[in-house]
Amino acid sequence: MFGFVLRRVALIVPTFVGVTLLAFALIHLIPGDPVENLSGERGMDPERRARLLHEFGLDRPLAVQYASYVGQVLRGDLGSSLTTHESVAREFATLFPATVELAFFALLFAVVVGLPAGILAAVKRNTAADYTVMGLSLTGYSMPIFWWALLLILFFSVQLGWTPVSGRIAVQYDVPMTTGFMLIDTLRAGDMAAFRSALSHLILPTIALGTIPLAVIARMTRSSMLEVLREDYVRAARAKGLPRWRVIVVHALRNALIPVITVVGLQVGLLLSGAILTETIFSWPGVGNWLIHGVQSRDYPVVQGGILLIAAIVITVNLIVDMLYGVINPRIRHA
Amino acid sequence: MRNRTADETQFMAEGDIASLDGGAAAIAHAEEPSPPSRMREFWRAYAQNRGALIGLCLVALLILLALGADFIAPDPPNEQYRTFTLAPPAWHADGTSRFLLGTDPVGRDILSRLIHGTRLSLLIGTISVAISLTLGAILGLVAGYFRGIVDTAIMRLMDVMLALPSLLLAIAVVAILGPGLVNAMYAIAIVLLPHYVRLARAAVIAEARREYVTSSRIAGAGALRLMFATILPNCAAPLIVQATLGFSNAILDAAALGFLGLGAQPPTPEWGSMLASALEFIQRAPWVVTFPGLAILITVLAFNLTGDGLRDALDPKLRRS
Repeated sequence: MFGFVLRRVALIVPTFVGVTLLAFALIHLIPGDPVENLSGERGMDPERRARLLHEFGLDRPLAVQYASYVGQVLRGDLGSSLTTHESVAREFATLFPATVELAFFALLFAVVVGLPAGILAAVKRNTAADYTVMGLSLTGYSMPIFWWALLLILFFSVQLGWTPVSGRIAVQYDVPMTTGFMLIDTLRAGDMAAFRSALSHLILPTIALGTIPLAVIARMTRSSMLEVLREDYVRAARAKGLPRWRVIVVHALRNALIPVITVVGLQVGLLLSGAILTETIFSWPGVGNWLIHGVQSRDYPVVQGGILLIAAIVITVNLIVDMLYGVINPRIRHA
Repeated sequence: MRNRTADETQFMAEGDIASLDGGAAAIAHAEEPSPPSRMREFWRAYAQNRGALIGLCLVALLILLALGADFIAPDPPNEQYRTFTLAPPAWHADGTSRFLLGTDPVGRDILSRLIHGTRLSLLIGTISVAISLTLGAILGLVAGYFRGIVDTAIMRLMDVMLALPSLLLAIAVVAILGPGLVNAMYAIAIVLLPHYVRLARAAVIAEARREYVTSSRIAGAGALRLMFATILPNCAAPLIVQATLGFSNAILDAAALGFLGLGAQPPTPEWGSMLASALEFIQRAPWVVTFPGLAILITVLAFNLTGDGLRDALDPKLRRS
């Protein structure tokens, strides 16, 4: 097991290096250099330009610049935003809990609804229930989530007035942020009204972001269950006279879950992609929203740092999922 | 030296195997009824799936709309009827049959813009999938054929690309190239690339050990010929399936980029940017937002249905990852 973990960790090192190269290249591939972008429309006299280039270290050879960039990254220094002049790493750290909160509930929603739906479809194969679940999941899988989010707002917020349109909490609540997770912070402050407000703000973004993972999980659960239900040990369990639910839950589901867990883990990339759109639509103060603002205002340190950090998170989560998979399924470990 | 081989069965159903070994086998089984042709066999497997048929019909319809947009659309896509701004759809109490799906904030016919948008979406899908498939197949073939350091370099690069969430990677590319329809296509082609590379590489590695490849090599075929003429046709099935599903990803991502203002720019009738530019009117005139989204959904659904059907018909063993 230890060797397996070591091998997997060693495998991601080149990927990390690649990501830093990509992030580094981003700044050098954009049209114009940072100094040019600073000077704006009026331009800048060559002498001052040369001095600034030297100040930023942009006149050194690329390899030296890359080495110093990696050095900075390793020290946790990702530069500062051109618009707010705040440290990029600090801005990311403040906003990231909001994204995690949203992504966590979206994934929870996807699993809680998707798993039973997939099991139902597999057990009731080729019935109306199966067709409904599969039809809905294919629709969910094909859904442009920015549009889906707008429809949800249109119906639940505008038409019915049940949920707020945007943001994380109503403006009148002032909760001290200690963990950055709104639900936890409001509970710690003991403010139930604020907690309810935060919860109601979370509902629609959760549904919007969770829909595609839900569809993926339902499909995966169904096909995995169908495969397991054909196995001899399931037939044997049935032949023993065990009740049907017991065979499904205890014998089939446990084995069917192995591939599903991997799929759940691999949703992280999808969730972060979706978070960019969902956060934009719901004005959710997370890293997706921040990154889009960064791109739109050509705030390159933000874009560079954001991409680097998100990629690092995705790689790490995938690594953890990979190892968990090795724990559940010993066959993988020795492959 | 292009013998049909048993490995081509990836394309065919079981029943066809008898016809594969060429002359000798065909003579031996001459008295039996001849097996259905590959195309017929494939079609029978495909047509069994009702969803796949619906998807294919929708795709055909969309292609028709895209090709004939100039004749089918009742109005030019950018013609502004200033007296009819935000007219509701025809079935609405205040609607007019002049504009079936209503008009947008500057009085353009939404139906016409949607029909012209079909052309853009299919074009984005075709071009980005074509770039990505070609490049991906080449990189995958090279990686799988030569292995060693070339393989490692290519696959590590693909790992880096896969580590970024797809939309984020597309945004990064657009940040470099600048917003716009064409750059969005390049961005999407890059995003889709790793999937084709991985598929092609895996297929090549599986195929390269087969006897028909060895025999071809012994016959003196060079690396290029082996890669493209001998091996590639036999790994086509998973690539075709992935290309169809890639269409739906391309269309979704292009719409998302358009929505974020990083893809097609107004007044281009691209569905995502149509949606974004009408956002402030969502409460007063929900139809300006509803219909473009519905168009995206239907198109993506059509390609997903077709792709799923193709996958089941071409190779039941293939599963969407």
